[in-house]
Amino acid sequence: MPKLQIDNLTLIFGRERNTVLQLLREGKSKADILDATGCTVAVKNASFQIEKGEFFVIMGLSGSGKSSLLRCLNRLIEPTAGDILLNGTNITTLNEKELQQTRRKEISMVFQKFGLLPHRTVLENIAFGLELQGMSLPERSAKATEVVELVGLKGYEQMLPSELSGGMQQRVGLARALANGPEVLLMDEAFSALDPLIRTQMQDELLDLQEKMHKTIIFITHDLDEAIRLGDRIAIMKDGEVIQIGTPEEILTAPANDYVSSFVEKVDRKTIITASSMMDTKPTVAVFRKDGPEGSLRKMRATGLDILPAVTVDKHFLGFVYLREVLEVKKRGEPTIESVIHRDVPVAHPDTTVEQMLPFIAETDKPVAVVDPKSNKLLGLISQTSLIIETTGNQLV
Amino acid sequence: MIKIGKYIEQFINWLTHNFGPFFKTVKVGVEAMVNSVQWLLTFTPFYVVIALLAVLAWRRAGWGVGVMTLLGLGLIYGMGYWGQTMETLALILVSAVIALLIGIPLGIWAAKNSTAGKIMRPLMDFMQTMPAFVYLIPAVLFFGLGKVPGVFATIIFAMPPAVRLTTLGIKQVPEDIVEATRSFGATSRQLLFKVELPLAMPTLLAGVNQTIMMALSMVVISAMIAAGGLGEVVLKGITQLKIGLGFEGGIAVVILAIILDRITQSFGKKKQRAKH
Repeated sequence: MPKLQIDNLTLIFGRERNTVLQLLREGKSKADILDATGCTVAVKNASFQIEKGEFFVIMGLSGSGKSSLLRCLNRLIEPTAGDILLNGTNITTLNEKELQQTRRKEISMVFQKFGLLPHRTVLENIAFGLELQGMSLPERSAKATEVVELVGLKGYEQMLPSELSGGMQQRVGLARALANGPEVLLMDEAFSALDPLIRTQMQDELLDLQEKMHKTIIFITHDLDEAIRLGDRIAIMKDGEVIQIGTPEEILTAPANDYVSSFVEKVDRKTIITASSMMDTKPTVAVFRKDGPEGSLRKMRATGLDILPAVTVDKHFLGFVYLREVLEVKKRGEPTIESVIHRDVPVAHPDTTVEQMLPFIAETDKPVAVVDPKSNKLLGLISQTSLIIETTGNQLV
Repeated sequence: MIKIGKYIEQFINWLTHNFGPFFKTVKVGVEAMVNSVQWLLTFTPFYVVIALLAVLAWRRAGWGVGVMTLLGLGLIYGMGYWGQTMETLALILVSAVIALLIGIPLGIWAAKNSTAGKIMRPLMDFMQTMPAFVYLIPAVLFFGLGKVPGVFATIIFAMPPAVRLTTLGIKQVPEDIVEATRSFGATSRQLLFKVELPLAMPTLLAGVNQTIMMALSMVVISAMIAAGGLGEVVLKGITQLKIGLGFEGGIAVVILAIILDRITQSFGKKKQRAKH
């Protein structure tokens, strides 16, 4: 069961919601509906599932409905139609009391503008969620103090929010959300108000925290770089619709449409694209002992290649063989290609990024073999051409 | 001719006829309140009252205001208007407290409920701009002459700022803070008492200050229906053309006004927190 399942979530602002739902079913566009009824479709039939422990990023520009969608998840905004299942329980049908309990225990939220109470100290702010639950002062102070250390606020406990920098204030916001011990964290452009440097630092710290805590995080951003840095998966929204969901790599390598491509172009791909998405998974190989010099040459002729990877019968990668040397071996009458396999060559693993493969371009003129780190089996081959185009191609195209 | 006056007259008569016992009960209650506050203020020796007020002014608003309170109240006592001043103070306190007890909840309601807000706005405009003397007439019809109609008219006249500034204060609470509070599972009561009222407090206290100042101005006017106090001194000055008497009463009112204003204003200012 997914941690959070969103089914056909629709949010309409305006009076004639039922008419709008009907129009949506008829397939009318957002603009037509606005003209006809004066109602805005903020979120349109959003459906996706988020697994426990997943870092899910929703990315979109302002007005794309991403923040409204997030607010539907804890019903700060009431969704017009659709279901939200948290651990299988439908959030949309909870009564006031049950909803309060869910907000207190299961889902916490971090806000772009922090939303801290200016008249309370850092510690009191962090303990605020616990206070709302009715926890006693000593107990909630103790719990808040634990979280203080976690987010790096030690020594700031007695200060007021106004005495802190933006980054520190958002740590308070995060600590307040964590103090309740929720399983789901909603983060609404949590780092967008921060300076770029602080922002990167906070992203790193959040990733470190997530490694320890394994919360289910839904993070909203308008910045694709941030989405890619943080997200296990990314949903891209436009005009209230989710137009693509996938891992950062899937989004970058296979953008669903022009809109997504236009974003993707600006991203530094080198750190995201990995060997697995670039490699040719069915390269022609010289199988050691099965293919002698004769067999290898035949394969080279058939493919027009002058370099072949050599593998064992069970696909263990051995190295590369060159056309000229294989010819010489044949001339000398040796039965196998063993003597001419170049074994000392760089290899990549499936999750090796383009950036990490950059040195290979300088070191070798051979293709890069992608092998399984455990079994050393050959998984695929990346030609020099595609490696060079991937590292420079963005500027050229 | 449209005879609105006649209809209002009929309505007031209808009220007095049908709610006589109610008004009588209110009258007894309010009278008891005013009398006990007044008794407390006059039974306590004047120097104790002066000392307490001066210390309060000093602690809240600085030594300057403290000294001024001491000298001002001393002057009032010296001029021989101590009794009337305490009578006026008692009327102000009771009227203001009742006006706040009604006005602040109404202000909260108007902030929370847009329909209530829309109805209350013109009502408050009406209450505030209607010449204050006009309230004296129904007040007398309901409660007869004396302190109670004075308190009644004062409450109506002094309540609008409390309502308005409470509404304003609550509406000024930043949306992101309200949203954050709700997102952590706050009930509406928790939202109000833990977040909205504390954050609205400076504005709300400005409303309290305004209500008290308006109560003071009305209490003087209500001397016309025998509410007593400093207003009576001023009124006597006017009716008997005794310039000196009029000014003496007037000066006492001004002194009382400044002291009340400075002390109540000090509560609205943000408390300075020691930096760490």
